[in-house]
Amino acid sequence: MLRDNYEVVIGLEVHAELSTKTKIFCSCPTEFGGEPNTHCCPICMALPGTLPVLNEKVVEYAVKAGLAMNCEIEKNSKNDRKNYFYPDLPKAYQISQYDRPLCKCGKITIDDGLGEQKVIRITRIHIEEDAGKLNHDDFGGGSLVDLNRAGVPLIEIVSEPDIRSSKEAENYLRKVKSILEYIEVSDCKMQEGSLRADVNVSVRKKGDTKLGTRTEMKNMNSFHSIVRGIEYEIDRQIDVLEAGGKVEQETLRWDDVSGRTFSMRDKEDAQDYRYFPDPDLVAIHLSDEYIENVKKTLPELPESRKVRYLDEYKLTEREAKLLTASKYLSDLFEQTVSKCGNPKAVCNWILSDISRILNEEEKEPNEIPFNSDELSELITLIDKGTISSAIAKKVLEELFKDPKAPSKIIEEKGWVQISDEGAIKEIVLEILANNPQSIQDYKGGKDRALGFLVGQAMKQSKGKANPQMLNKMFIEEMNKM
Amino acid sequence: MEIYELTVHELLEKLDKKEITKKQILDSYASRISEKEKDVQAFITITDDNLEEKLNNVSSNPSKFAGLPIGIKDNICTKGVKTTCASKMLENFVSPYDATVMEKINAEGLISLGKLNMDEFAMGGSTEHSYFKKTRNPWNLNKVPGGSSGGSAAAVASGMVPWALGSDTGGSIREPASFCGIVGLKPTYGLVSRYGLVAFASSLDQIGTLTKDVEDTAILLNIIAGHDSKDTTSINHEKEDYTLALKDDVKGLKIGVPIEYFGEGIDKEVREAINKVIEKYKELGATVEECSLNVAEYALATYYIIACAEASSNLGRFDGIRYGYRSKNYENLKDIYKNSRSEGFGSEVKRRIILGTYVLSSGYYDAYYKKAQQVRTLVKKEFAKNFEKYDVILAPTAPNVAFDIGSKIDNPLQMYLSDICTVPVNIAGLPGINVPCGLNNEGMPIGFQLIGKPFDESTIIRAAYTYEKNTNFRKNKPEFKK
Repeated sequence: MLRDNYEVVIGLEVHAELSTKTKIFCSCPTEFGGEPNTHCCPICMALPGTLPVLNEKVVEYAVKAGLAMNCEIEKNSKNDRKNYFYPDLPKAYQISQYDRPLCKCGKITIDDGLGEQKVIRITRIHIEEDAGKLNHDDFGGGSLVDLNRAGVPLIEIVSEPDIRSSKEAENYLRKVKSILEYIEVSDCKMQEGSLRADVNVSVRKKGDTKLGTRTEMKNMNSFHSIVRGIEYEIDRQIDVLEAGGKVEQETLRWDDVSGRTFSMRDKEDAQDYRYFPDPDLVAIHLSDEYIENVKKTLPELPESRKVRYLDEYKLTEREAKLLTASKYLSDLFEQTVSKCGNPKAVCNWILSDISRILNEEEKEPNEIPFNSDELSELITLIDKGTISSAIAKKVLEELFKDPKAPSKIIEEKGWVQISDEGAIKEIVLEILANNPQSIQDYKGGKDRALGFLVGQAMKQSKGKANPQMLNKMFIEEMNKM
Repeated sequence: MEIYELTVHELLEKLDKKEITKKQILDSYASRISEKEKDVQAFITITDDNLEEKLNNVSSNPSKFAGLPIGIKDNICTKGVKTTCASKMLENFVSPYDATVMEKINAEGLISLGKLNMDEFAMGGSTEHSYFKKTRNPWNLNKVPGGSSGGSAAAVASGMVPWALGSDTGGSIREPASFCGIVGLKPTYGLVSRYGLVAFASSLDQIGTLTKDVEDTAILLNIIAGHDSKDTTSINHEKEDYTLALKDDVKGLKIGVPIEYFGEGIDKEVREAINKVIEKYKELGATVEECSLNVAEYALATYYIIACAEASSNLGRFDGIRYGYRSKNYENLKDIYKNSRSEGFGSEVKRRIILGTYVLSSGYYDAYYKKAQQVRTLVKKEFAKNFEKYDVILAPTAPNVAFDIGSKIDNPLQMYLSDICTVPVNIAGLPGINVPCGLNNEGMPIGFQLIGKPFDESTIIRAAYTYEKNTNFRKNKPEFKK
């Protein structure tokens, strides 16, 4: 295959909005949504004479992210101005960081998709302000500027070009997202744009030491489009090279609908941002003590949590890995176990049925509408034999639709398990009467026949009969025959 | 003496003795404005309407300054009153907020009589670069008042306001104060909040005072100085009472006079006047010695690189999108930017934006901006070295007296040279004060400046006060020669 002759080289620049209450240089709220231009003030609208004041929380969050990604923390950092004109950038410069980012030389470990662990190096993490938003539609050809987002704090996490496949890129971004969620510095809502990535892709002939010319896809905000976009670019670049052409260095826009990239600007249009230190802001000096104190606030990260799960809850490697990949699921797991015990069952419910429903509904874990109270009650009801797992699955569907106490759902729907011996016996006798062939099969040594009979009984009782009791009673009754 | 001729501390004394009323003070200034403004052209916006009502509004304010007038340079944001920066770009701009200094001024109940003319965005040394009008020097209406705070200086010198606020990025308070024969103080960088001062060069800009005498300088500085959490470059410095420095005593004061300030560009009469100042200080018991500021000769180039670089970025926000001037002539976004900025800015502003853009460009940054920052460090060090030996440094404020209107307008380099004595102080972030020290043979004022250690405004105020007390130059009055 043609692709086998090439090596793919990928680097990601991940932008994450920080979940501070206020903006990076003023006290406006960072809240998403809101009527246009209601979360802004003279400072983030860049009125003449206004000055920025750096939000200390932003520095703390960035340092926290740096420490969680094993970075060195820059003790003498500063803010720089990146100058360019665009209507969503009210000062005509973005306050960012140029040559002294807060964090540098980090690394994180990812799954390479082929079962191996791989280290991806982090070049730097710096703080900067987000721009506003242009509303191009509905205004008779014009555009309107909404500055609610202008000045929302961001960190930009830049990786080294260590990524070698779209799967690795996806896993890298998942890992970054998971770490940011764990340390609670960003809510990472990709659909709201609070986590997005610029993806740099190049290809080179295997064995080449020189990197190929790269293209950059801007503002990718779903795992799906990142994977598709990378795959598209790999094919496109290889086609260009195989046809004897040269890959142009350019900035691209990925279009999810047509499934292809479009050129936004080429190298000739490359802007000169005229970076220089922002004279309105004093340098950022961090003491060892400060960095130590931030370090102390770091929660348990996925890696160590995973190890603990193997030991404390006796989960398998795979289960522990899947659970800890999402802070939200992992927290739900621990809270539920603390209320109802039975870690194996809790883990199974989260990784199978709950994850399946999330997948089907294209939801993120933090959108689960119920919490550990409901989930632990559900599992306790199964353990006590009040409901069967079949009913429990139906209760779970209900919980996603209209979250309330599982006992209440069962009561309202009349789903209580039939564990009354007389009632069970009645069902068993009826089924046996209707299925003489199965009795013969069973007696002839075909164990499968028992399963069939129980299944019929469950069907008849609309899932409410206690399956253990059914099992027992079928055997008893048939042995009597 | 007419009321408009009095200093603020003299007004306060007369108020105290009930010899005059605040209403009389306001009326005196209002009638002076209606008499002299047509000749001097110091104001962009006059706000001397409804004075009785304004006086009423501050009647419950316990401050002794409540109801006294003041003038404000038109690059300081005033809520509800236009702040134009003397630019077509902001011709109709009304700030929705008050600058921190205005909050302080308002808290004292001071009443602003108007917004004063200046060079556009404070770029210039003659106030000829105003989009609206050319302000005249009250001593001779054919001469410039200096700049960029030329409106502030001319308004104080002509008695249209008793005192005024200005801003000084490279000499913009001290040079016009010198040209108009008044006292002008540029405080230490960081002493007065810049919040609400429309930025020209952020690392150099500082709001300061223009007053009739040194005592008023101390009083007004007391009002405007102080840390502001809205300006992270403002220093959390212990609040001082500068009027305590008003002592007639320089005995034992060590004054350094840098030889570099007396090079060939300095006018002969200015040089002679400064020499007399030196003699005076010696006579009053100070020791005066020649000293050296080697890097001073690089200060002007350094200043123009740093100031223009910062300006090119600071003025980016005037893009025709959200507020300010927007060209009617556009078909796309690029046109809005290009035409709004081409039509909205004057030539001097455009010259500096282009220069600043150039020195920050990739490939040139190291040779210009970075080098300038290195020289800036050297200038600071050399001042610091001198301050190990001297309490204050004395120098001319400007190499010459006020020049004829139009005589330098087509020669920017000649114009820039007027800043040669004042810019080193901004580069080093030091306090500097202009004190009048005589008239030349044409009757135009000459001034000298005293430069102090960082946050040592008190010492230069004491030295200036002592000089003023022992000379009569403050008593000279402008003649409005035509």
